[in-house]
Amino acid sequence: MAHGESFPVTRYSVLAAAGSANAEERSRALDILFSAYWKPIYKYLRLKYSQVPQDAQDLTQGFFAELLERELLSRFDPAKSRLRTYLRLCADSFALNEMKAASRKKRGGEFAHVALDFSAVEDELRAQTIDPASIASPESLDDFFEKEWIRSLFSSAVEDLKNLCESRGKQKAFAIFESYDLDGEENISYADLAERHSMQVTDVNNQIAWARREFRRITMERLRALSGSEEEFSREAKALFGEVLK
Amino acid sequence: MKFLNDRALERLRGSSAPDLSGTRYELCELIARGGMGIVYAADDKKLNRRVALKILDSANSAPELTQRLIREARILAQLEHPGIVPVHDIGHLSDGRVFYTMKFVEGARLDKFVAQLSSLPERLRLFLRICDAVAFAHARGVLHRDLKPANVMVGPFGEVLVMDWGLAKIVQEASSSVETVLISQKERQSEEETQSTVVTGHGTVMGTPGYMSPEQARGETEKIDARSDVFSLGALLKFVVGSLSEPRPLQAISAKAMAENPQARYASVSDLAADVSRFLDGLPVSAYSETTLERLGRFYRRHQVAILLITAYLVMRFLVLYFFHR
Repeated sequence: MAHGESFPVTRYSVLAAAGSANAEERSRALDILFSAYWKPIYKYLRLKYSQVPQDAQDLTQGFFAELLERELLSRFDPAKSRLRTYLRLCADSFALNEMKAASRKKRGGEFAHVALDFSAVEDELRAQTIDPASIASPESLDDFFEKEWIRSLFSSAVEDLKNLCESRGKQKAFAIFESYDLDGEENISYADLAERHSMQVTDVNNQIAWARREFRRITMERLRALSGSEEEFSREAKALFGEVLK
Repeated sequence: MKFLNDRALERLRGSSAPDLSGTRYELCELIARGGMGIVYAADDKKLNRRVALKILDSANSAPELTQRLIREARILAQLEHPGIVPVHDIGHLSDGRVFYTMKFVEGARLDKFVAQLSSLPERLRLFLRICDAVAFAHARGVLHRDLKPANVMVGPFGEVLVMDWGLAKIVQEASSSVETVLISQKERQSEEETQSTVVTGHGTVMGTPGYMSPEQARGETEKIDARSDVFSLGALLKFVVGSLSEPRPLQAISAKAMAENPQARYASVSDLAADVSRFLDGLPVSAYSETTLERLGRFYRRHQVAILLITAYLVMRFLVLYFFHR
């Protein structure tokens, strides 16, 4: 999905659209899926198989091309696993085969709508605190993939929220949300933000509450679209926004 | 696209947490998530103490559920008993959601705690304290309707507290709106696990399979009375006794409490508790007709020391007489 494009209506399902007879709808669904998963898949393959950036890029693009060519999404069974797990396992299988064949070729031109900024992802990897000792265990790599998926989902939702705020003239709400929730400025209080934006503390409270609500709504819509079933969506939503305060 | 670090992710994941600014409370952590609401630990900044704060999940804040939460708080406020968790406060958040605060109970849920009690009498005494709290509520005209191990907390000093009165019914309000939300068997969704409270599509709590009386499970609301809680307590008694060998009188007590027909159950929680107390004291219980042999066995266990002393005395007396007259 291109930057700035508003997110589709609630109840939109990527899986349903990916199987559609309409080529435009199918392409759009695959773009959404790709934009949500390319970063987690890239980081995962890069770390798990100790690939150099160029090889990890080829594997990532190749995997999504394979997903399309072999219609792997149509084989997904929501009763057996989560879509995310299925995609990760498909990526594993693809990477192992490719490395065995050692005949990787550049692919992925089918996803021309999505800008792939691999150098930015490399910057992200460098900025992340990753314990090298933990990378060796399969469980920690699964957790890593999960966290990267959440990061990708939230980043897209934040982008949508930013666009929404701009379209509604609520840039201040986004700026407050960004300072308080995204950047986590040290010891910043609602009073500090009120002074910075020349408003009352209650207004800061209202703006941040609105931005959080919208962020959550947008995230839920994205999550629903990317879930394999309603049950999966419910479980994911609970896991994502449930028992997180510790 | 903005890169979100791990701290930002955690903050965003917590963005569904209630915003308590404007209240006297500060959010600490999530304690439990139920069918209707979420319970957080929070700090009362004025009194400098930890409380439990219950609030509806924002996704489920339908007006009828808000009324239910208010009602739950008011019911609890009327039930001042050491075995019932006390309510401290009720209020609104800036987003309009209603919350109430109650005592923060540190301890373990009964289903986790019971394994720590190795003897049957200890477990039965704990059960009697649950009965005390429920009998008190019944005396105030309130039925719990969701008694189960997960809704009983045992504190660090052995205090027993009956929790989660979200499904409680005031007996005098027999035609209240609470009745209308109970649903029929056909409408029930399948539960995720046996100890999960069954929730309808609208998030309305109705009871827990395995602990809910048959009339409650069938949605026969007009038949629900104190004996429905007696049924749940019977199931709770079976759970509490658990893997320990269950004497026949105790089996009979559970069976009577859990009779299919409410008329065949104990008429009140006090009657059930009295039978369990009689069992603890080595007395006959109303639920079980014992054989002569069992009666003798019980008589022996109850007067074991006296019987042994008398026997020892008689043996000594016999030996003395025997040797002196030889």
